[in-house]
Amino acid sequence: MSIIYVLLTVSVIIAIVFFVAFVYSVKNGQYDDTYTPSVRMLFDDETVKPKKSEKKKITSENKPTSN
Amino acid sequence: MENCFHCGEECRDTTIIHEEKHFCCMGCKTVYDILNENDLTYYYALQSTPGQTPKTFEHSFDFLDNQDIVEQLIEFNEQETQIVSLIIPKIHCSSCIWILENLDKLHPGVKVGMVNFPKKSVRITYDASQLSLKELVLLLSKIGYEPNISLEDFNKKEKKIDRSLIYKLGVAGFAFGNIMFLSFPEYFEVDEFWLDKFKIIFRWLMFAFSLPVVFYSGRDYFTSAYKGLRSGILNINVPIAIGILVLFLRSTLEIIMDWGTGFFDSLAGLVFFLLVGKFFQQKTYSFLSFERDYKSYFPIAVTQLVTNDTATTSEKQTQVYALKPGDRILIRNQELIPTDGILIDGNALIDYSFVTGEAEPVHKTKGDKIFAGGKQQAGIIEMEITKAVEQSYLTQLWNNEIFSKNKSTSFNTLTDQISRRFTIAILSIAVVASLVWVFIDSAIAFNVFTAVLIVACPCAIALAAPFTLGNMLRIFGKFKLYLKDTTTIEQMAQIDMVVFDKTGTLTKNTKDLITYQGITLSENEQKVLTSTLRTSNHPLSRALYNLLKDNDIYTLDDFSEEAGKGITGTHNTTTVKIGSHSFVENKKQLDKNVKDTQVHISTNNEYKGCYIFNNTYRDGMQQLFAQLDKTVDLMILSGDNDGEQAYLKTQLPASAQLKFNQKPKDKLEVIKSLQEKGHKVMMVGDGLNDAGALAQSDVGISVSEDVNVFSPACDGIIDASKLNQLAHYLSLSRKSIGIIKQAFIFSLCYNLIGLGFAVTGHLAPVVAAILMPLSSISIVVFTTIATHILSKQTNA
Repeated sequence: MSIIYVLLTVSVIIAIVFFVAFVYSVKNGQYDDTYTPSVRMLFDDETVKPKKSEKKKITSENKPTSN
Repeated sequence: MENCFHCGEECRDTTIIHEEKHFCCMGCKTVYDILNENDLTYYYALQSTPGQTPKTFEHSFDFLDNQDIVEQLIEFNEQETQIVSLIIPKIHCSSCIWILENLDKLHPGVKVGMVNFPKKSVRITYDASQLSLKELVLLLSKIGYEPNISLEDFNKKEKKIDRSLIYKLGVAGFAFGNIMFLSFPEYFEVDEFWLDKFKIIFRWLMFAFSLPVVFYSGRDYFTSAYKGLRSGILNINVPIAIGILVLFLRSTLEIIMDWGTGFFDSLAGLVFFLLVGKFFQQKTYSFLSFERDYKSYFPIAVTQLVTNDTATTSEKQTQVYALKPGDRILIRNQELIPTDGILIDGNALIDYSFVTGEAEPVHKTKGDKIFAGGKQQAGIIEMEITKAVEQSYLTQLWNNEIFSKNKSTSFNTLTDQISRRFTIAILSIAVVASLVWVFIDSAIAFNVFTAVLIVACPCAIALAAPFTLGNMLRIFGKFKLYLKDTTTIEQMAQIDMVVFDKTGTLTKNTKDLITYQGITLSENEQKVLTSTLRTSNHPLSRALYNLLKDNDIYTLDDFSEEAGKGITGTHNTTTVKIGSHSFVENKKQLDKNVKDTQVHISTNNEYKGCYIFNNTYRDGMQQLFAQLDKTVDLMILSGDNDGEQAYLKTQLPASAQLKFNQKPKDKLEVIKSLQEKGHKVMMVGDGLNDAGALAQSDVGISVSEDVNVFSPACDGIIDASKLNQLAHYLSLSRKSIGIIKQAFIFSLCYNLIGLGFAVTGHLAPVVAAILMPLSSISIVVFTTIATHILSKQTNA
């Protein structure tokens, strides 16, 4: 039945690992700004720059409608 | 009409069509060009019309030439890497984030940009050898993101963010989960051999987990209870501290003596829920600051005039703290006067509306004293300083002791009031019950005594207020009333007197109600008038020009401006004089009682009439007064003259009091005397002149047309468009106190049930483990639902 000691140790160690990860992430300031990363994530990577003609299209599509 | 492709404003008379797009002004077009050239038009794809019209005051960042100032501003400075954090109030959408994080495409000197959207700040890493801070700031200004650098930023210490509550919460939650898990077998009291064999290690593990909960997470409750007891107050933390302590000691005793498993799970759960409540009521608006003083309104540096040995005068950027009496400084148009002094040269027209409440700009001539806080409105002036910045007439207001007092600590909250009676009641029940048991079965007496203290631990009571008020704080935030903390809501509920400032609070910041009185002007006269106005830079001329700009414009034959008096313009045979009454006409004496802002007109020396400028009152003020009058007393406390007394009287209920010509210090004293009469006073103001009154009042609310710009230290900031809802918000705060009271009754029921178990000596750990979280969670659910119903009713 000594397996239970092993199990207990493992479970406690895993718990502590997660706890340390939590403290580390808080200390790093990961929770200081919870909004900006959610927006930043959605930006397209611009490894390829759109060509002049394509770019025109993008911008004109977003032209505000006149009123 | 087209809208500007860049900023979305309506293009008026000066539409610029460029690359098939419409722009409202050259500024917007320039920004578009800059972005277009650098392949950054994705900016416009992310969000339509995200742009900001750039404002450029050529010299406004000259102070960044001063290396000492730059060093104070930057966070990190090492060879080719400099880091600076800048507050940019204009950050408002995802395009803003994108462009500010892609600044490196605009200038190779920029390495990394990192936006913190809630704080509206950007942290830029750059290389000072390629790009100085001034160039960086100008680059940002050029694309419409002008950073806000004020005196407050100077010598700013690296602010330590207090994260201890999150850590404590983390520890408690971590321990709570693990202890629950470890005590699970014993909940069912399974009589199995192997459970019996291992229960010792399970129990001691639980004990180990509970140690950080008691001594780290729960530490604040002990210190607060101790402090309270020492000053003779039985605050809510006293019964909580007793509860935690008794839980811990009895559980430890139980496992040592092998009586049972103890209440470690309830202990960890209790601390965890309490901390959750504490965490929840801390709603912070990171883009707002409730602690501002004059420092965030003042510039960091001014242009000093230095005369050297050879009698040549040169300009130098000097940090304002370094200014000494006798120094000469230069104030440009739209710049702020940092300290008291004497006008040496130039033509001063100073807008004091923010510091004194006077609606009208004041004209000063050579030799006049000028006071700190005013904004110069016309041209360059030169002044000699008579007092250092900290000793100026305005900044001395902050020496008043009221600014060093912490309001919320002296306030006796509802929870604390209840907890006094509660603690006494619990202690007496515990003593009586254990005394009774001493005679029946003395072995159980100790058990009963501790069980009563455990079960009576006012977890639910302690959670009722944080959750109700925390919810309300968020609801008020949605209604654009941003409050500093939850205590403010409790204080709002007690308000019986509301005091309003006039200028900027009841009235809009702009004078846009212009009426003409006198002989109607002919078309020709109007055209000359318009053309003359166009040439002048005086704020009143500009306002009037905006009104008349539909008229055609002549090229004037002659134009002259007499500082502080008026302007003259001539076209063919028509000469128009615009300005003060004495400038335009010297025959008739002006009625001295007129206190409105007036601009008089004469053509060819014949008096025609005058334009009267009035402050427009915000919409719905009369209804607001009527609603407020039902529950509270009203007062108007204005720094302005009594020119609008008659009008205000028609708006206000008869019982309201009006006071005019109040200096900042007077306002503070008036509030104080009202409080001495027993009133709970709410002050609603906007400017620096209200700062004292806002600090003195029980609840100081600052009105702001743009919550991102400066507002003085206060307990809450209300969006100007929502000011007419104030009566509503007051009643909301009263209703939320009602919810807390209901929650108290609710949680008392749980305590009574628990007491039933405890007094009869039947409190098993599993009962405590169920009862305690159940009561806490049901209180949270109850308050959440109740506050949401309340907010729904408000919406309807």
